Amino acid sequence: MKPVNFDYARPADVGAVLALLDDQSRAVKLMAGSQSLGPMLNMRLVQPDLIVDLTGVAELRRVEETAGDLVLGACITHADIEDRRVPDVTRGALPTVASGIAYRAVRNRGTIGGSLTHADPSADWVSMMAAVGARVRLRGPSGERTLPIEQFIVGALEVDLAANEVLVSVVIPKLSSRARWGYYKLCRKPGEFAHAIGAFVTDPERGLCRVVIGATETRPYIVTDARHLLGDVAAGGPAHKVDPATVDAFMAEQGMHDPVDRQIHVTAFRRAIEQAR
Amino acid sequence: MKGEAKSQGIGASVLRREDDRLLRGRGQFVGDIKLAGLKDVAFVRSPLAHAKVHAVHVPEAERGRRIFAAADLDGVKPIVAITALAGFKVSEQPVLAVDKVRQVGELLAMCVADTRAQAEDLAAMVELDLEELPAVHDMVQALEPGAPLLHEHWGDNVFLESAMDVNIEAAFDAPVKITRTIRTARQSMAPMEGRGTVAVWDHRMEQLVLYTGSQMPHIVRNGIAECLGLQQRQVRVISPDVGGGFGYKGILLPEDVCLGWLAMRCGHPVRWLEDRREALTASANCREHYYNITAYADRDGRLRGIDCTAIVDSGAYSSYPFSACLEAAQVVSILPGPYDFPSYRCKTWSAATNKCPILPYRGVARTGVCYTMELMIDAIAREVGMEPYEVRLKNLVQPEQMPFDNITRKHFDSGDYPEALRRAMAAIDLPAIRARQQRGEPDGRLIGVGHSIYCEQAAHGTSVYAGWGIPMVPGHEQATLRVTPDGGLEIRVGVHSHGQGMETTLAQVANEILGIPVDRIKVVHGDTEYTPYSTGSWGSRCAVMAGGAVATASREIAKLVKGIGSHLLQAGSDDVNLVDGKVVTATGSVSIEEIAHTWYRRPQDLPAGIDPRGLETTIGFKPVRDSGTFSYAAHAVVVAVDPEAGDIELLNYVIVEDGGKLINPMVVDGQVYGGLAQGIGTALYEEMNYDSSGQPLASTLADYMLPGPTEVPAPAIDHMETLSPYTEFGVKGIGEGGAIAPPAAIGNAVNDALRPLGAELYQSPMTPRRVLEAIRAARQRASAQTVAEGV
Ligand SMILES: Cc1cc2nc3c(=O)[nH]c(=O)nc-3n(C[C@H](O)[C@H](O)[C@H](O)COP(=O)(O)OP(=O)(O)OC[C@H]3O[C@@H](n4cnc5c(N)ncnc54)[C@H](O)[C@@H]3O)c2cc1C
Repeated sequence: MKPVNFDYARPADVGAVLALLDDQSRAVKLMAGSQSLGPMLNMRLVQPDLIVDLTGVAELRRVEETAGDLVLGACITHADIEDRRVPDVTRGALPTVASGIAYRAVRNRGTIGGSLTHADPSADWVSMMAAVGARVRLRGPSGERTLPIEQFIVGALEVDLAANEVLVSVVIPKLSSRARWGYYKLCRKPGEFAHAIGAFVTDPERGLCRVVIGATETRPYIVTDARHLLGDVAAGGPAHKVDPATVDAFMAEQGMHDPVDRQIHVTAFRRAIEQAR
Repeated sequence: MKGEAKSQGIGASVLRREDDRLLRGRGQFVGDIKLAGLKDVAFVRSPLAHAKVHAVHVPEAERGRRIFAAADLDGVKPIVAITALAGFKVSEQPVLAVDKVRQVGELLAMCVADTRAQAEDLAAMVELDLEELPAVHDMVQALEPGAPLLHEHWGDNVFLESAMDVNIEAAFDAPVKITRTIRTARQSMAPMEGRGTVAVWDHRMEQLVLYTGSQMPHIVRNGIAECLGLQQRQVRVISPDVGGGFGYKGILLPEDVCLGWLAMRCGHPVRWLEDRREALTASANCREHYYNITAYADRDGRLRGIDCTAIVDSGAYSSYPFSACLEAAQVVSILPGPYDFPSYRCKTWSAATNKCPILPYRGVARTGVCYTMELMIDAIAREVGMEPYEVRLKNLVQPEQMPFDNITRKHFDSGDYPEALRRAMAAIDLPAIRARQQRGEPDGRLIGVGHSIYCEQAAHGTSVYAGWGIPMVPGHEQATLRVTPDGGLEIRVGVHSHGQGMETTLAQVANEILGIPVDRIKVVHGDTEYTPYSTGSWGSRCAVMAGGAVATASREIAKLVKGIGSHLLQAGSDDVNLVDGKVVTATGSVSIEEIAHTWYRRPQDLPAGIDPRGLETTIGFKPVRDSGTFSYAAHAVVVAVDPEAGDIELLNYVIVEDGGKLINPMVVDGQVYGGLAQGIGTALYEEMNYDSSGQPLASTLADYMLPGPTEVPAPAIDHMETLSPYTEFGVKGIGEGGAIAPPAAIGNAVNDALRPLGAELYQSPMTPRRVLEAIRAARQRASAQTVAEGV
């Protein structure tokens, strides 16, 4: 199928983007890497009057470091992170995860802002950014607000973003040298979306102890204080101390009723921990 | 001396001539054809699987101008694909639906505009008034009493029942009796290039010219002429480069008929290019089988009998030239495979369902049959405590039985099946794998080894299809050969080459006989205007049939060349030989170039009595016996199964295949590789599911999973070359074989790996979920048993 006829704009700053978004007379859709939007346009699942291409906005490609955080513009691509064209403050976690997203051609174009906004529960950033405790900055006509990922993503393909807002950047906490992380996805073949994701990050110095079980039917299960799931691992202990039954019960509580589904997700979670770095 | 010409003949791995254009992106597919004034077509397709069509509302301003519904298509006949098989029920498929739609994606209206996007805008303006009916979404459900009916006047949902019983009672007292239910998923053939058609009316030639990616352009011409009421001279079908056929492009498309009709009245060329969404949702069309099978055996592994019922999900219609019962009817006749056993009963149903018509995908019925039979052989082996290969060796047809008529009266021409199996077992190194299994894996995965063996009847001809009475009974296959004035050669054949490399291999056949270098030979195919009639490329028939025709015609050309050559050499025509492209006597020689030059450019040098046919001939070929060649292969594979995640990795893959004399071994390897990739897709990845209302659940390749380069191991291939006694050079058809054995070999390997857990899997594709479910079921059985024993 082919998209409906639409107009196209490529503004240079966020102010201009917001002005275009404000136009009530037509349906406006933002486009970053177009790796998720493109297929939706082609299938006419979205039928905008105007496409606003964000990749010309310099601010959205900006990278800043503060004392405690790294701030990545929304249009930083998966490949930028994979190739370490942006600093890594996560002890290799983000570059490693980036290199496993889709295929290189997709990574060259796909952006962190687009991935988080699209909020596919099977997407890698959705799980890993949540595990690392990242926050998103959203800007609208009345100013800017910052949300942790677990508040930003409210459901499968559903985020807390107003129609007149733009995701401008992602704030990633700098992990200390004592931090540990693990990420494991089960997928049928390279480049496929995962059917189970397990992720965790612990950093005693930053008080981080987070677990994410992703590739779920609904929003990924994000546990911000995961000491009960991680057992000794939370305190730097060996992986085999993790109790699969506890994890299984946790997922059942979250509403994952199919036992095979739970088994697959427990497996992904266990392997994330076994491969802790 | 070994001349260069000699090394291009039969048996030489000549590089494929077509690859130069294809690998440089210069192939010419339907989508590459640009004609002035071309407009694009989009179709309005049924969103429902089963519904009454009350109305198709087209905006008045567009009706009959840019949008056309069934009522507008005056004079167009529905597609009817029949067989003479007793009891067959005929389906009528209107090219645009009239009273009812019977599958998601069925055509309801045709929209034409400057671009495809605009044509889709028009399609969005059409409003459908459909009344949804309960759908038949599953082949087993189709046969249940009270199931909704697709074709009401049939009274049931059965295209055809097929059955055979050979002394089954004699097997009933066998000490080993094993019953299993086995299922294979519906698949989409998913060639890289989808379907596509460009149609234009040529006023000068008074012809509808239809460019369509087709394996059988002449059959499409028949069908188009019949549906549109045209004389054959008024239809020209051109099938240019085709990016994968596999059976997907072996039918007359309703879209072809629609575009033909439109081109005849609109005054400009029109085009429709299928997109992936249309391919997946409207045309997932193959492989869906259901078996309930019992094997009877003795304790020493000797097979006593097979008793089976099977259902094939045939979809809503029989496609033209014929599709509905090809698989189910063949299941009856080919289920015994290469085994020799005394008792057999089989009954099958071709079930009509609210899905697209099932089409014969590479391996037609054989893939499902091989999966079923071979899984049963391994089940017997487990039951009697033997190695599966030992059970096979006990039951395979032996070389000294050749030629052999099996229990369903299939005539095996030649072969040494046990030897193929022995070689495969040696190559996979069974003892080493058994030892590795004993040791266990550090990562906790389970190793399994499995193998399978099959036979592939190919190039079966008139005697086999006469009984079917379908619109495409193959007869003599013809080739036209013409020496050009410069001494080159044109070969014209009615089959179509779309990956098989026939532009090379048919030239090699001519080279073998005439000595003309391959690069001076042009193979013309894919155009009804230029080629002799043929039923086309299907049934692994081209090397045997078109190759045989080219060989026969080449010998005729050799006679003509020698006739002129002997005159030029002033020798008797019996005193000359044709060697390396030259007519030679003891004392002199004259080249084909000189002979051609004389015939065309210097006829004054020819004697009065010269054969007036010149250097051109059309001649037909049939094998000595046309019941088909039997090629075969043994596949063996080692897998690692992850019992926690359910993942399956292929560690090693071995193929020992026998395709008779190989015209070009490299091309054969290519066919085997491609078939293997598709077989792995069947085994592990590909599946089109439907919900209970008949909605297909995959509409992109993100949902419909195909194997890619990382999922297909490089197999070790070993060739045996047992000649067929019936064909030119002893060649056999091998085009489909690679796709037949992999699901069975992999399925057996997986079951071998799962054996310590007591789990077995009898459904393809073998997805992680199915693996885990099988393991769970085994654990539940085991704990139920423990509880029972405890009580
Ligand atoms: C073949 C293929 C395989 C893939 N495999 C994977 C995989 O394995 N793992 C994975 O995680 N992902 C995968 N993806 C998705 C890929 O990572 C996408 O790039 C990503 O999901 C979307 O990013 P994008 O920049 O392309 O966003 P777009 O497609 O341009 O936009 C996506 C959505 O976000 C909105 N949007 C984009 N940017 C902003 C912004 N700054 N502010 C507000 N709204 C915005 C758009 O309006 C749109 O609704 C795959 C994609 C393809 C095509």
